[in-house]
Amino acid sequence: MSTDGVTASGGAQAALAHDPAAAAAARVADGGPEGPAGRAARKRRGGHLTWRRALRRDWQLYSLLILPLIFFAIFRYLPMFGNVIAFRRFRPGGSIFGEEWVGLHYVRMFISDPTFWNVFQNTLILGVLSLVIIFPLPIVLALMLNELRSQRFKRIIQTISYLPHFMSIVIVAGLVFQLTAIRGTVNQVITGLGGDAIGFMQLPEWFRTIYISSEIWQTVGWGTILYLAALSTIDPQLYEAARIDGANRLRQTWHVTLPGIRPTMVVLLILNIGTFMAVGFEKILLLYNPLLYPTADVIATYLYRVGIGSSQFSYATAIGLFEAIIGLTLVLSANAISRRVVGASLW
Amino acid sequence: MVTAENVTHLDERLSRPTVHKTRTVKDTRAYRAFRAVNATLLVLIAAVTLYPFVNLVAQAFSSEAYINAGQVNLWPKGFNVTTFNLVMGDAMFWRNYQNTVYYTVVATLVAMVLTTTFAYAISKYHLKGRKVFIGIAVFTMFFNGGLIPNYVLVNELGLRNSVWAIALPNAISVFNLLVMKSFFENFSTELEEAAEIDGLGTYGKLWRIVLPLSKAVIATMVLFYSVSFWNSWFAAFLYMDHRELYPVTVYLRNLIAGATSVDGAAGSAEATQIAANVKAVTMLLTVLPIVCLYPFLQRYFVSGVMLGSVKQ
Repeated sequence: MSTDGVTASGGAQAALAHDPAAAAAARVADGGPEGPAGRAARKRRGGHLTWRRALRRDWQLYSLLILPLIFFAIFRYLPMFGNVIAFRRFRPGGSIFGEEWVGLHYVRMFISDPTFWNVFQNTLILGVLSLVIIFPLPIVLALMLNELRSQRFKRIIQTISYLPHFMSIVIVAGLVFQLTAIRGTVNQVITGLGGDAIGFMQLPEWFRTIYISSEIWQTVGWGTILYLAALSTIDPQLYEAARIDGANRLRQTWHVTLPGIRPTMVVLLILNIGTFMAVGFEKILLLYNPLLYPTADVIATYLYRVGIGSSQFSYATAIGLFEAIIGLTLVLSANAISRRVVGASLW
Repeated sequence: MVTAENVTHLDERLSRPTVHKTRTVKDTRAYRAFRAVNATLLVLIAAVTLYPFVNLVAQAFSSEAYINAGQVNLWPKGFNVTTFNLVMGDAMFWRNYQNTVYYTVVATLVAMVLTTTFAYAISKYHLKGRKVFIGIAVFTMFFNGGLIPNYVLVNELGLRNSVWAIALPNAISVFNLLVMKSFFENFSTELEEAAEIDGLGTYGKLWRIVLPLSKAVIATMVLFYSVSFWNSWFAAFLYMDHRELYPVTVYLRNLIAGATSVDGAAGSAEATQIAANVKAVTMLLTVLPIVCLYPFLQRYFVSGVMLGSVKQ
């Protein structure tokens, strides 16, 4: 970091200005390896880099931050504060922060709402299914791809498996309807095997299967990329050593390959846990219909109907806040646990 | 460190088999059998992945009667292209297609400007408050305002029925931001230093030195953003009130949901009869640009994702 271009320039400018304090400040601000001497000097002069100096020196860099920071303030943080309408009565056309305090009125409302508990349960089930079924599949696929000798063959398989990731969710929904139609391919297979055609999109008991299958189709291939990258960084000497110790292919995979990609697995698992509550909102919104509500309706779709559909903004916000807080808690705990248990974490 | 240039090498390196000639004689047979099974399974997976697209193409060129009879799988039956003429002749379809192009271009431009400037600034280790700025961005990955506050905000700002309702609320993807940041962090400091000695300020360095030499990451980011805006539908669905303003994804969504019909077929007795075929044709026309460009763009995406993973 001491070779950082801007460090040098900061020092150079300060030297030109014959201002040793500024030179020291520049050095400190680099966050570079600051020796005890530097720290002592800073203490002696009583001057670390103040905001005024930093702004004067880097005003051009700070000016680049202005528009993005306005974006974050307005479109990311303002809505977070907008969540107060979960505790205030909101009137369309009024303040976006609501009109008067109503306390936990809306929280009590959804806690005593049977529909809410139904959608909460559906969310948990779909979340658990996604985590348990979909999370391990890219690892398996990556390991399978990794065993391929032919470069060309591997590339072709990879290219095909990535393709669904680039499709709009609207297209995916359209394909699902097409394949599960009463005369669609899936039913042709079923009738071909002697079964009766199933009206998949009218039967709640089939929704979870359809949802998870389409998620697998769309995400698994793309999910292998990071694992393949991690696999490439494993030292081949480890495999040689394992072979000399008499390990067969399976044991090599178990003792060398899997530990090698463990950090990647942990990071992706934490990220997956963080999105646990936000199960495929857009996809479900496109796929479901009132017949499927018993299994398909999740917190996100319910709050969409309550909020946008029936304009109960405060009530829907209370539900959304509940969902977001669970998500945040999950990702923070997963991160803390994995840092302690396996020593890998997001931050 | 992984850079855009050596990602492809990395890709090649990783695809190289990890086991070479030194396999023991003993496990050769079992291992060979395993490889055959493995390869067969992968071919099956690829076939299943491709099938929905093949089926889509087959339905798009088939006549409705055969589709309804459940006879169209891999190959068109009752070959016809009249539906193509019908869909392409629909003024609203084209209008919405143009909207998609327009929204994608505007939103991608906005996103690129905001993402690049922020990423460049926070890539400078000496910037005071750098950690705070990174924290501000990263926190939004784990907690967000939620649907309703965002909806209220966009309406209050008067963005409804304009391209800004699509472009502004999603202008920075934090994932993309982090990819760019790690790219800029690895940028040659000597070059920037030299530029500074030649009298360039921050703007000059960014515009004349850094950006021209960052084409790889810029291309990746443009791809990431434009595909995601091209594919997006929900923002437009929420904030656009008139059919003339819809992107093609919303047109398609309404078609699939049965809420709209192709103008040429509207009101006619066959309107419901030709539905499956019309849907297939519209879907095909919507995915066509992406499917055609995809083989060429794919490697950039892959390197972009790997670029982003390095810092984790």
